Amino acid sequence: MIGIENLGDVISVHDAESVRQGFIKRVWHKPLGMISVTYLVVVIVACALASLIAPYNPLTQDLASFQQGPSLAHLLGTDSLGRDVLSRLLFGGQATLIGVAEASLTASVIGITLGLIAGYFGGWFDRLVGRIVDLIMSLPTIIILLSVIIIFNQSMLSAMVTYGFLGSMAVLRVVRGGTLAAREEQFVAAAKVSGLSNRQIIVRHIVPRVAGPIIVQISIFSSSALVVQAGLSFLGLGIAPPAPSWGGLIEEAQQVLLGDPWLLVPSGLIVALTVLALGLFGDAVRDTTHERWSSGGGFSRKLSLKHTSQASEHSTDNSEMPIGAVLSVRDLSIARGSGRVSVDVVSGINFDLFPGEKVGVVGESGCGKTLTMLAIMGLLPKGLFVTSGTLRIRGKNYSLSDPKSLAGLRGTEVGMIFQQPVPSLDPAFRVGHQLDEVIRQHFGISRRQAREKTLELLGRVSLDAEVIYKKYPSELSGGMAQRVAIARALAGNPSVLIADEPTTALDVSIQAEVLQLIRNLVESTTMSVILVTHDWGVIADMCDRALVLYAGQIVEVAEISELWNHARHPYSFELLKANPHFAERGKPLPTIDGRVPEPGQRPVGCYYSPRCKVSSEDCDLGAIPMVSFGHDSNQMARCIHSERLASSVGES
Amino acid sequence: MNKPLLSVNELSISYRTRGRENVLPALRRATFDVERGETVGIVGESGSGKSTLGNAILGLIPVQKGTVELNGEDITHVSKNRRRELSRYIQGVFQDPYSSLNPTRTIGQSVAEGLTGIPGLGKSDITDRVEMMLDQVGLSPKMRVQYPLELSGGQLQRVSIARAVIGSPEIVICDEVTSALDLSVKAQIINLLEKLQATYSLSLIFIGHDLPVVRLVSNRILVMYKGLVMEEGDADQIYHNPLHPYSLALIAASPVPDPGIQAKRRNDIISVRDPSRTTGSAAPATPLPDGDGCPFAPRCSYVIPDCMTELPRLNSISATHKVACIRVEEIRAKLSNLGVVGSQLGYHSEP
Amino acid sequence: MAKLILNRVISSIPLLFVVSIVTFVLEAIVPGNAARSIAGTSLPPAQYEALRVKLGLNLPLWKQYELWIERLLHGSLGTSLFTNQPVVTELNSRLPVTLVLVAGVFVVCTTIGVLLGTLSSIHEGRLGKALDALSMVGLSLPNFWVALVFISIFAISLKVLPATGYTYFTQSPMEWLKGIILPIAALALAPITIIAKQTRDAMLDALGGTYIRSLRACGISERSIIWKHALKNAAIPVVTIIGVVMIVTLSATVFIEAAFVLPGLGSLAVQATEQHDLPVIEGIALYFTLITVAVNLLVDVAYGWLNPKVRVS
Repeated sequence: MIGIENLGDVISVHDAESVRQGFIKRVWHKPLGMISVTYLVVVIVACALASLIAPYNPLTQDLASFQQGPSLAHLLGTDSLGRDVLSRLLFGGQATLIGVAEASLTASVIGITLGLIAGYFGGWFDRLVGRIVDLIMSLPTIIILLSVIIIFNQSMLSAMVTYGFLGSMAVLRVVRGGTLAAREEQFVAAAKVSGLSNRQIIVRHIVPRVAGPIIVQISIFSSSALVVQAGLSFLGLGIAPPAPSWGGLIEEAQQVLLGDPWLLVPSGLIVALTVLALGLFGDAVRDTTHERWSSGGGFSRKLSLKHTSQASEHSTDNSEMPIGAVLSVRDLSIARGSGRVSVDVVSGINFDLFPGEKVGVVGESGCGKTLTMLAIMGLLPKGLFVTSGTLRIRGKNYSLSDPKSLAGLRGTEVGMIFQQPVPSLDPAFRVGHQLDEVIRQHFGISRRQAREKTLELLGRVSLDAEVIYKKYPSELSGGMAQRVAIARALAGNPSVLIADEPTTALDVSIQAEVLQLIRNLVESTTMSVILVTHDWGVIADMCDRALVLYAGQIVEVAEISELWNHARHPYSFELLKANPHFAERGKPLPTIDGRVPEPGQRPVGCYYSPRCKVSSEDCDLGAIPMVSFGHDSNQMARCIHSERLASSVGES
Repeated sequence: MNKPLLSVNELSISYRTRGRENVLPALRRATFDVERGETVGIVGESGSGKSTLGNAILGLIPVQKGTVELNGEDITHVSKNRRRELSRYIQGVFQDPYSSLNPTRTIGQSVAEGLTGIPGLGKSDITDRVEMMLDQVGLSPKMRVQYPLELSGGQLQRVSIARAVIGSPEIVICDEVTSALDLSVKAQIINLLEKLQATYSLSLIFIGHDLPVVRLVSNRILVMYKGLVMEEGDADQIYHNPLHPYSLALIAASPVPDPGIQAKRRNDIISVRDPSRTTGSAAPATPLPDGDGCPFAPRCSYVIPDCMTELPRLNSISATHKVACIRVEEIRAKLSNLGVVGSQLGYHSEP
Repeated sequence: MAKLILNRVISSIPLLFVVSIVTFVLEAIVPGNAARSIAGTSLPPAQYEALRVKLGLNLPLWKQYELWIERLLHGSLGTSLFTNQPVVTELNSRLPVTLVLVAGVFVVCTTIGVLLGTLSSIHEGRLGKALDALSMVGLSLPNFWVALVFISIFAISLKVLPATGYTYFTQSPMEWLKGIILPIAALALAPITIIAKQTRDAMLDALGGTYIRSLRACGISERSIIWKHALKNAAIPVVTIIGVVMIVTLSATVFIEAAFVLPGLGSLAVQATEQHDLPVIEGIALYFTLITVAVNLLVDVAYGWLNPKVRVS
């Protein structure tokens, strides 16, 4: 089933170039990544070389100059015994950082190994490990550390290794989760089918997938180990004074809190900044991983074009909107990006919808079908906005570029259903409750009255109302959920129902039922339907007229029989021909070479011309207008070579 | 007698639903052969077990009962090492072009993975073969150094196909390979598969939910429903003259793009159906509690009480046609009386 | 729901069992065991032996454990090696202080954190950036250091709140309140930002959901969408993180109670460590584990309430 949502194509912007850079390089190229790595390296090196670079011996007391603030002689001042604070920080860092390293190493080794094994191989071992992790993570960490300190006589090594062991469970959990997810990827299945060994699969496909989360988790763990290490020394249970440690320095500051609050500053800041750097480093790694692995699909070029409005005939059909139309759209254009750098995605859409009419909107993904509908609802996703457009609904005009003004129309004038039926329903509330809420929103009636109306609505969409009322969306099949969604969309008695690929995610037999349901509902009212689909069969089955969209433009409008018998635009014609229904076995299917051009990369003239089999030089000169055909027909197409097309798809 | 290339015998697989003893049959006693150079299509809706069948043949999920034989060798429960060697003969392509390729590896690295089972290839051999293969699937050999992120869905699916075919396997299992693609791209991929099949004399198992597409590439088709093979026959036979009520319903439910024919079909289909019965509208998709009875019976317009208690066997009704329905003879008679077959379902637009 | 709770309670029995074994075995195998700790090294061997017999340390390990469990089931955790008081008495007198801190942090960080997170999910711009900055600070400052800074500012410089010590509620509610403000503030700083960030992420996730678009398409008001639909769907990861944060807070009380000199379990743990008083530490470990189990239980109950899937199955 088609499961890929089209929206992502239009709004996701990936920087393909950046994938090519190595992982480390990319972390380094993030400002936060660079700053945090630099800081960490400087601190580690400085502490390691403390005996070379520290200005004083950390233990030398100088009672003549105690509790002094920063000065040239003592850059960070002196403590209550006159010892140089900077030197004590540098030397103290050694003990502290070694403790952190011990804990982190323990956590990494145990967590990564067991996590990979448990996640990749699963089975009883995974279940056992899961139990143990749950158990250990419920242990009171600090108290255990205190016991270890008692038992091993204030051995910091054993305390930090114990902390590493306890903390390895969090690492293990992350690694296992990542591995489990990676194992389900189809490229792992493909690798197995290709005969790669488990070791090869883990090294090539799994480890790169989980490396980012592992590094993030370990940097988080390291910062917690630092705080715990400092905390134990602060409690006087870690590194025994007078030997310096960062936590010990805070403890010493506490002793003289009344007289010399300055001492709190260097000791606290060094801990805080190091924790911060570890955290930022983790963030940078996480962002990098995210960019690397979000292969959402579709377009991958960087936005670099200025806003280029390519539709030069915005006013062609802007004149009169037919009186009888229930809904008219004029000059709708949608752009993506921000004001300064934006690019047209949909341009110059005009169409009318008459009462009781069923209009299909057809085209391949990336042509702007769904975006056009969302714009009418005022529901465009972030990063996309309407640059121009008017909506007339039952005689009243609304500006489409002001989504707020459209809020009042939703549900009452225009209802909409979507492609994914189950995710369209709020998983946290019962079906009945959700319908009640919509009804009460529109009619302001009591709970009891709303419930009655809900039950009636559920009956209208052929569901067992009393049973479905109490169900949660997760308990419904796709077909049932789509019926519920239809019922909800009808709750406010809208005059127009927009159905955006309502059956694409459903099995074909369920599709037939849902389409039949929509057909029955329309026949019993004067409601009009806009049906967005990529399936010509659905158009033929359901619609009176169809709009064919290509690269954000309407390229043809016609009644469906005219479209089938005399398609006037080569795109409609070729797309109909590519349909497998009537193709003969053994002969190659007619195809259209190339693909839909991305927004911002569309040609100057006809957008379809590069793929077109009948195009000429004239096609590339400038924007092509919509041309009408015949006196008694409403067929229009955006093509200057319609006569070159064979007469019928069916006969060709 | 010549052994078939692939022989699937009484294959059964169950999934254990979590936390309970309840076992869900995903595949029940599937039996069929694939000859050399032949394409077998497997059609079904979600939950039909068609992907389970494909994955079982590829060795991605364990098999509980039955056997899979390749060139006469039982490969149902082979050792890990043997399974890896088998990758030279049997390959797969999957549905989602995006998730099928590791985004951190180049196209070339991914395609080269298909050569894992072939020993003794040097680095330059591999590069040459990868470039040749990319050309074969209609991509530029230069794309070898690109990353999946830079390609479209259709191009990615070509890469997946290249990875499967590069080692010259004997059989490739294509699991819903065109389902995520747009119409024009879908046609390109179908044509590509046909071309490769001819070039490499491949056997294919083409799994899909869309009968009009599947029948185009297939010589023979299996129609599956809830883990059971309902009907098996020549592609045109299944498409134009189906006999199982489920196949009939499946074809009837899929609308055709000719509005005139579709309008006529809609009326005819309604007349073929028993009017007192809506096709189980909103009936919850509950699996049958045990192996008894036809799984389609609750939605079938030809159901009789016996259908509820008797699991239909896949019986031959002609040399090439098998149907698992106890009323198949009555249905055949009824359909030929009505003249429904083919013409009324709308595939021969007779006047 | 009752089944869910029962399940959780039953599944936490092995946990308690493990805690008891671990702490017991640790006590039994340590090089400097209890008798040595009490006696010091100078005691003549005969007296040391007598002490060992008195403490039951001459018995086989399993026998000792059996006795220990037997006592435990009678509600006894032994006596403190240092004060000779029953451990249970000592712990029970200290428990309320720690519980007050944990409960206070829970109230403060849940309300402020969820509110802040939700608001910043709606107004992503400035509020979002402010929250990011705040969380950087909140997460990187060690809480015991924050405690000292608070003391130095609010108690020593401004003299508006007491620096250390604890007044019982029964003595003076006002003083009690003043006394817990700084400790709770120091403890809650990091949790607030963690919860706020998690809430924001979860809210953004929920607001991006397909069903939100559908609800808008039905004309549901924005207020209901944010505060009812999105928040309830965002709640599960938030509840998870609240559970985690509360368990971390429990551990953090050890440092904070030491910094503010509060008579709770945490400061007792530090004291017991200094005095090598293992029975007390074991008792505290048991109490902490019980509190953790209780927190996890509450989280599970919340899950059941929030997630229909849990409740249905």
